[in-house]
Amino acid sequence: MKEAGVDLPQALPSGPSAFIPIEEILEEGAAQEVMSGALLSEGRVNHINMMMGLHPTYLNCFLRTQNALLQLDGPLPLSWRHFIIILASARHQCSYLVQHHSTAFLLAGGDESWLRGLHCAPPKIQHLQTLNKLLAHRPWIITQEHIQELVCPGAEARWSLAELIQAIVLMSHAHSLASFVWGCGILPEPEQSGDQSLQLCSPTESCSPRDKARNHQEWSEAVNEVKLLMERMMMVQQQGEEFTQEEMVTRFERERTESLLEHADVQRSVLPDCFSRFVVDADFTYQDFSPRGVQAPPTMRAQDYSWEDHGFSLMNRLYGEMAQLLDEKFQVVCALTYHTMAMHSHVDTSTLRKAIWNYIHCIYGIRYDDYNYGEVNQLLERGLKVYVKTVACHPEKTTPRMYFSFWRQFRHSEKVHVNLLLMEARMQAALLYALRAITRYMT
Amino acid sequence: MRREVTSAANVNNDSTSASPERAHLFIKGQCVIPYEDVNRDRVNVCVTSRTDCHARCNFYLELRLEMEKMTRVSTVNGRTMFCHLDAPANAISVCRDATQVVVAGRNIFKIYGLEEEGFVERLNLRVGRKPSLNFSCADVMWHQMDENLLATAATNGAVVTWNLARSCRNKQEQLFTEHKRTVNKVCFHPTEVNMLLSGSQDGFMKCFDLRKKESVSTFSGQSESVRDVQFSIKDYFTFAASFENGNVQLWDIRRPDRYERMFTAHTGPVFCCDWHPEDSTFHMHKVLHRGWLATGGRDKMVKVWDMSTNRVKEIYCVQTIASVARVKWRPERRYHLATCSMMVDHNIYVWDVRRPFIPFATFEEHKDVTTGIVWRNQHDPYYLLSGSKDSTLYQHMFKDASRPVDRANPEGLCFGLFGDLAFAAKESLMTAPQSVGDVGRKTYPGGDRRYPIFFFKKPDVTEQFAQVSSALSVFESEAGSSVGMDWFINTAKSYLLSGKPFAELCEHNAQVAKKLNRPQESTTWTMLRIMFSEPANPSLSTNHNLNKSGNLPLVNSFSMKEMSAALNERNKENRQDNLHSLETNLNNNDENEETEGSEGQAEYLFGDAELDDDDLYSMEHDNQAAEEPEYLLPQEAFPLRHEIMDHPSAPEPVQEKPESPHVSGSETESTCLTPMESINLISVSQLLFSPHLPPKFFCPIVKEMLCYYAEQGDVQMAVSVLIVLGDRIRKEIDELTQEHWYMSYIDLLQRFELWNVSNEVIKLSTCGAIMCLNQASTTLHINCSNCKRPMSNKGWICDRCHQCASVCAVCHHVVKGLFVWCQGCSHGGHLEHVMEWLKQSKHCPAGCGHLCEYT
Repeated sequence: MKEAGVDLPQALPSGPSAFIPIEEILEEGAAQEVMSGALLSEGRVNHINMMMGLHPTYLNCFLRTQNALLQLDGPLPLSWRHFIIILASARHQCSYLVQHHSTAFLLAGGDESWLRGLHCAPPKIQHLQTLNKLLAHRPWIITQEHIQELVCPGAEARWSLAELIQAIVLMSHAHSLASFVWGCGILPEPEQSGDQSLQLCSPTESCSPRDKARNHQEWSEAVNEVKLLMERMMMVQQQGEEFTQEEMVTRFERERTESLLEHADVQRSVLPDCFSRFVVDADFTYQDFSPRGVQAPPTMRAQDYSWEDHGFSLMNRLYGEMAQLLDEKFQVVCALTYHTMAMHSHVDTSTLRKAIWNYIHCIYGIRYDDYNYGEVNQLLERGLKVYVKTVACHPEKTTPRMYFSFWRQFRHSEKVHVNLLLMEARMQAALLYALRAITRYMT
Repeated sequence: MRREVTSAANVNNDSTSASPERAHLFIKGQCVIPYEDVNRDRVNVCVTSRTDCHARCNFYLELRLEMEKMTRVSTVNGRTMFCHLDAPANAISVCRDATQVVVAGRNIFKIYGLEEEGFVERLNLRVGRKPSLNFSCADVMWHQMDENLLATAATNGAVVTWNLARSCRNKQEQLFTEHKRTVNKVCFHPTEVNMLLSGSQDGFMKCFDLRKKESVSTFSGQSESVRDVQFSIKDYFTFAASFENGNVQLWDIRRPDRYERMFTAHTGPVFCCDWHPEDSTFHMHKVLHRGWLATGGRDKMVKVWDMSTNRVKEIYCVQTIASVARVKWRPERRYHLATCSMMVDHNIYVWDVRRPFIPFATFEEHKDVTTGIVWRNQHDPYYLLSGSKDSTLYQHMFKDASRPVDRANPEGLCFGLFGDLAFAAKESLMTAPQSVGDVGRKTYPGGDRRYPIFFFKKPDVTEQFAQVSSALSVFESEAGSSVGMDWFINTAKSYLLSGKPFAELCEHNAQVAKKLNRPQESTTWTMLRIMFSEPANPSLSTNHNLNKSGNLPLVNSFSMKEMSAALNERNKENRQDNLHSLETNLNNNDENEETEGSEGQAEYLFGDAELDDDDLYSMEHDNQAAEEPEYLLPQEAFPLRHEIMDHPSAPEPVQEKPESPHVSGSETESTCLTPMESINLISVSQLLFSPHLPPKFFCPIVKEMLCYYAEQGDVQMAVSVLIVLGDRIRKEIDELTQEHWYMSYIDLLQRFELWNVSNEVIKLSTCGAIMCLNQASTTLHINCSNCKRPMSNKGWICDRCHQCASVCAVCHHVVKGLFVWCQGCSHGGHLEHVMEWLKQSKHCPAGCGHLCEYT
């Protein structure tokens, strides 16, 4: 080939992820059965499914939900559903999802001209833009007025509540899936035109930290880290210390406002055209909660509006099947554990999982009265926090370095597990805010 | 249980559990409290057995007596009233003597006094500048033995007790922080002063002795969060706990290691449970009796369980419209319970569990979800207190409740698909006019098994629903009578809605209508054709029509009117001759059309086996009728038909025509016609000669016509015209009306199982909402033919038995399209293959030896 003088494009890293070597995925991919299901329905297993295949129980649920959301009965036409996904994933500059669903959009009989940009879509879809923006970056701002604007009977192209709720699920699904794609470094499918500018990273970069990790000294260091973490988990589980109210609130606020993002890359790159045409107000992004007192948005108390009690009931009323599926998905992801941690087995990881879940809800402004946010600080090392917060709030800024710098001793599948938790917690948070707004609109 | 119980409980414990029940009744029997609903017989029975147990339960009796006196005395005459709270309430509880109520929420913890005039704030328990989360209450309970004792469940996992007798401002007495997560519920023991139970999100229940600093025992549900815990009222040691995963567990407080019994009550979380208060009037015959437990869940159901049997049995089930947040039995009413919901629905309902379809009473005062309900007094069924997220506290009077039953219509009337009429009404009403019911009437009295009546006949004293026992009558329409809906079916099948040029469609439909003896519709179609055909080249369309049907469009429109008029008035004999000739001509046309346009019948070749015969028959029958000269149809059918379906325009043009001989015969029928229409018809006939009138000109008229049809109940016509005219008229009629018409028509079509037609209509409709219908319910769930399990996967391989499902018995390949099977042996395969096979053999292709029959 080289002799022929053909200018070869840079060889794409093989496999589904830029972060995880394909061998590892195949090794651990015990999901043969679920995979074959996906294979049968789509003719192939895409990269996302391969990654999730590391956790077959979850993949099963995920596929069912996604299938119901995109294929089965629902108030929105099929092509619209894909278009909404495109809009939503464009907010996080996720070329993987945009391309995948552009194809699906056309297959579902969508109007090709819509793909030229949001302005070519019907006004009804354009109206979604505000909600899309808020759901993606600052869901806590959503109020009943936003819902009213869309559902208000006077409006030209009004949304019915049933349609709206499907759109909301679609959008939050796409946002969180975009987090997963960036968080796991999912590579474009072979047939997707490999737009070089959108490559996540070069393969060399991706592999080097891992090699370093094998370095002996770091190895032992990492082993110690794991040990330390396990000790802390034990401690957290046993401790019965009392805290004052003040202390608890301060801890929550500290986690919430902690600024973890690297400000080095502030210079805002211009959004590539393939996204900008679907995005309005691209500068609107997640904003750190300002320190307490300075116009801090109100905290949402998990006890006042929870998925189990309120969210589900409302969703069940408006979009029954989806409520059941989501409920199951949340349950599965919260219960998912193999009782292993890095090289240790028979470990109760519930406190760790809970810490990650609550941390994500915390950065989305949801507070559990009955949770001690000091645990987050004890259990989640800074590297992990940086990674989690980046992937949850600014997924497009995820770098391989972030991925490799936390939990160096842990298996890749465990890091994917973190991503699953992250994705679902994020989705639930966004859904809760949106559903709360709808509840208020309805009452 | 340790021997630390008070003496009262000791007595309760020692005596058999049946005795307190009886004791209670003695109080009633001695008319301490005049109960209106005590059954005389039962009182007598009790009095006889009184001596047996008197000694044993003497102490207990006195205690109860004293308690009841207290509660009785304090009862005041109240009214429906409310007060504003500062913050949303999460729970409320009332003190024993029903004079005070405590309201707890995230930002509120106050005690209000219940005065005759209204609520008076007595005490604010939220003290301190920055109240801790311990004040953020998920639940509150006032002790029913000690009026100074309260307990709250805090969202941060603390269980707090409060002593109102403390002299300082802070009434907090004890703080238990043993739960790791939010405590959802606290519950005092009904008779034991120092025993408190809590249930938490962390899945544990804890029993506290208030004299100790720590919990006495911990119960692990071994499952998810505990949503509610309730001590049994009857059984000293038992409590029930409901869980987020749908289970309900029964525990004995003496045995923290294992639950006594568990059953799945709901799908999804069980938010609440409540023991039946068990008034002594009931269940006296049962010796060891735990009674009923009501549970409410996220699945929108309230279920009542009989806990006294070995196997827990669901005895009643009430379906509500939203997830059930609280349930409380109504005092003194055995079958009544109150519920409120967690989301969306703000009302409080009181149900009679035996009549689960309609609430017995409704309180509609709250503007946001009701979070706490409690009956003001344990022995008074007329006062209900409720707190809500809308920051109000209400006292509801039962007499002010709205009674949905009163608004419900006790008479029911329904038309069957084929013109049968069913009528249900009070029996008293039905028996009187027996003589009136004449032809085809069958009366089914309440006891008839074939037509079950859903009313309870046995009167109950506590039953306060109006006793309605009803009779159901079914009036069957006579075969072939005009009430029947054959015309509808035939029209639906024969109308063409698309696929041809506009003029042809109109012409075809006009013919169809005429053939079915519906002259007005026929005329309408013709007029539409004339109005909306291209004005530039009328000759073309005319020619076209001439060739096609042999009718002159212009002349035809009038001659047909005459004809129809003639049908109604027999005395126009002078015209009948030439009409007759014309008609036979038309009928010939009809016959021709029938032979070629038999698509309606073609469907039946593989239609549903059940209805085949009937429908085919009715079709043939009608066709025959159409072939006969129409004026021979029995005249009597017409007036009746006009009463139900209005087809008034037939005689109309005759009136207007100057040379019309006389119109008297049709006067009565034409009264309901709007004058506009007649003018319309005439003006059309004149305007046709000026060919430059734009079709738009007619739109308002056509619009009115469509509305007229729709209002007359002939939505079929309205929709058909709407579809055929398409863009010509669509803009004139607002979207909602169109949608409404479409929905009605589609509904009708589907009731007649005219799936193909209904689908065509859906496809041709332009309303977004209608087109969406085709995207709904397109999923077909199939079971594997081998292992009979549902096929969850996509594809054709069952993921359980790894076999191909639905294999063709002839070619042994998977059938992916039409699958036909024998109902005898359930073997089958590709339609073509089976057809071919059956040409050669009569036996089943699978070789099972069955002589297959395919219809």
